[in-house]
Amino acid sequence: MADRVAALSGPQGPRPRRRFSRRNIIIYGTLAVVAFYYLLPLYVMIVTSLKGMPEIRLGNIFAPPVEITFEPWVKAWAQACTGLNCDGLSRGFWNSVQITVPSVIVSILIASVNGYALANWRFRGADVFFTILIFGAFIPYQVMLYPIVIMLREIGLYGSLWGLVIVHTIFGMPILTLLFRNYFTSLPEELFKAARIDGARFWGIYFRIMLPMSLPIFVVAMILQVTGIWNDFLFGVVYTKPDTYPMTVQLNNIVNTVQGVREYNVNMAATLLTGLVPLVIYFVSGKLFVRGIAAGAVKG
Amino acid sequence: MHSVEIKNLDLHFGAVKVLQDLNLTIARGEFLVLLGSSGCGKSTLLNCIAGLLDVTAGQIFINGANVTWAEPSDRGIGMVFQSYALYPQMTVEGNLSFGLKNARLPRDEIARRVARAAEILQIEPLLKRKPAALSGGQRQRVAIGRALVRDVDVFLFDEPLSNLDAKLRADLRVEIKHLHQQLKNTMIYVTHDQVEAMTLADRIAIMKDGKIMQLGSPHEIYNLPQNRYVADFIGSPSMNFIDGRLESGVFRAAGIDIPMTGYDFRAGAASDGKVVIGLRPEHIATGDALASAAIRTRVKVDIVEPTGSDTLIFAPLGGTSVHVRMDGQTRVNPGDEIEIGILPGRASLFDRDTELRL
Repeated sequence: MADRVAALSGPQGPRPRRRFSRRNIIIYGTLAVVAFYYLLPLYVMIVTSLKGMPEIRLGNIFAPPVEITFEPWVKAWAQACTGLNCDGLSRGFWNSVQITVPSVIVSILIASVNGYALANWRFRGADVFFTILIFGAFIPYQVMLYPIVIMLREIGLYGSLWGLVIVHTIFGMPILTLLFRNYFTSLPEELFKAARIDGARFWGIYFRIMLPMSLPIFVVAMILQVTGIWNDFLFGVVYTKPDTYPMTVQLNNIVNTVQGVREYNVNMAATLLTGLVPLVIYFVSGKLFVRGIAAGAVKG
Repeated sequence: MHSVEIKNLDLHFGAVKVLQDLNLTIARGEFLVLLGSSGCGKSTLLNCIAGLLDVTAGQIFINGANVTWAEPSDRGIGMVFQSYALYPQMTVEGNLSFGLKNARLPRDEIARRVARAAEILQIEPLLKRKPAALSGGQRQRVAIGRALVRDVDVFLFDEPLSNLDAKLRADLRVEIKHLHQQLKNTMIYVTHDQVEAMTLADRIAIMKDGKIMQLGSPHEIYNLPQNRYVADFIGSPSMNFIDGRLESGVFRAAGIDIPMTGYDFRAGAASDGKVVIGLRPEHIATGDALASAAIRTRVKVDIVEPTGSDTLIFAPLGGTSVHVRMDGQTRVNPGDEIEIGILPGRASLFDRDTELRL
């Protein structure tokens, strides 16, 4: 072994890489600056939420808390007042859960079947249907606001959580259908043909062949929908009543109170609490998200 | 009774006419190969037979029943795809039994059929594996097995060997032939590989632009091509074509006259005019075979291509350059002058305008 290595002269084996080449310094330097830029506001929010009001009044927003207190977090969750209710964000949190869970499930179920039908069963008028659906993605929401108020009132769902669930499901349909259609189009067509010869029909192929192959795209759709619906403010404020306000609307009401002292620490804590759900989703499924986007959404 | 019968089949995608007025009858137990370059409609025709595409016009019969409107699973066919199309999330056993479960067969019957197919294809040790853990050859065997368990009369193969490497392709080709002899099913096999077509087929249908150019046994296709396209398509290296004129039974081109004695003209086809003669490289005699050739001439060798078993040479003849296949043991160098002989009985003459055989 030693003889063999000694016998060779000149470059051999893996090429050595310098840790501090000029290229690396530029790349890592840029990344560090950008990361700092994005993390700074988050840092300010976290430290502020852990300070008491006297400390905040000193005005050193970048200074870490001298005396750490979780009082603002408790207050934001359970005691902050919005209008008549003084039970904090907790009510809005549960409203948002009740809105998000059914909206995500229903919209993904319908959109995946839509996408599957559009990709694999070329029914008459499929192209027209698809064009109309995609066109729907470009209509500004503001145009639809009032007509939907009237429609929800006529079917007696205005102001209820279910009314908002329907609105979210419908508005998620174009982009989700596009996502699923492109993903199913990218799966080999011969699999579908083989399943047809094997006697599987529409639902059989969907559940037994397509679904097991589509986990990445379902994760993508789930992330898009959970974050989109959780972060929604416009539909929440228009289609619900104070009792059923989602968390974002309540957050706004807490932060924008005009009476009394501005409790910056409570505001920061409330904002972080509201953003926690999308944040957790990204951290847990980030890897699958990237893979699914690469597999389905870009290609096709 | 015919096994598969196609009557006046048309298939259009919008304005594109993929298949036009196609007629084909396939006998029970026959091995028919659809051969053609890509885009000729051969895979489309197979998909029509399978019921995976709706036809624009015409009828398809399988075992005497009109299946033009029938679902793919109700047609009594099994199909093998180029990309194998195995269900990735199921084991080999799951892949084999999927169709049978859909048909709601009893469990012991499913087990019996899977076991039989696995035995025929020698994939028993693989039954519990997922497709991802199989090699290309094993995957294609499983794909064939999936057609086999269906116990059908007609097998459809859509370029099943194209994704395999050369060695494996040759092995599996022999296995498919063996399988056909063992099962005696009707098989329709699509390929663009003429070696596969010649070795496997009872009959070959050569397709071009959605039409069948010639339908016949490999022997007929090779020796009596009905038009210039077929003549050019079959054979490797391909046939040499020399433009010339036919004058009272003698082919004349630049620097060479070939009296066509011994050529089997079609009735009434031997009219004088512009023709093209087709000579296969292996039908141009050299060396010892010269004795049997009626016409001999000397040519100067341009290029020499040794392949081991044969040596191919390029030489100018009749105003063009012709390929000649010589014995591999011959020593020949560029610039040498050699004697070649032509056998009019083995040649093909085509009308230069209609491109049909004379």
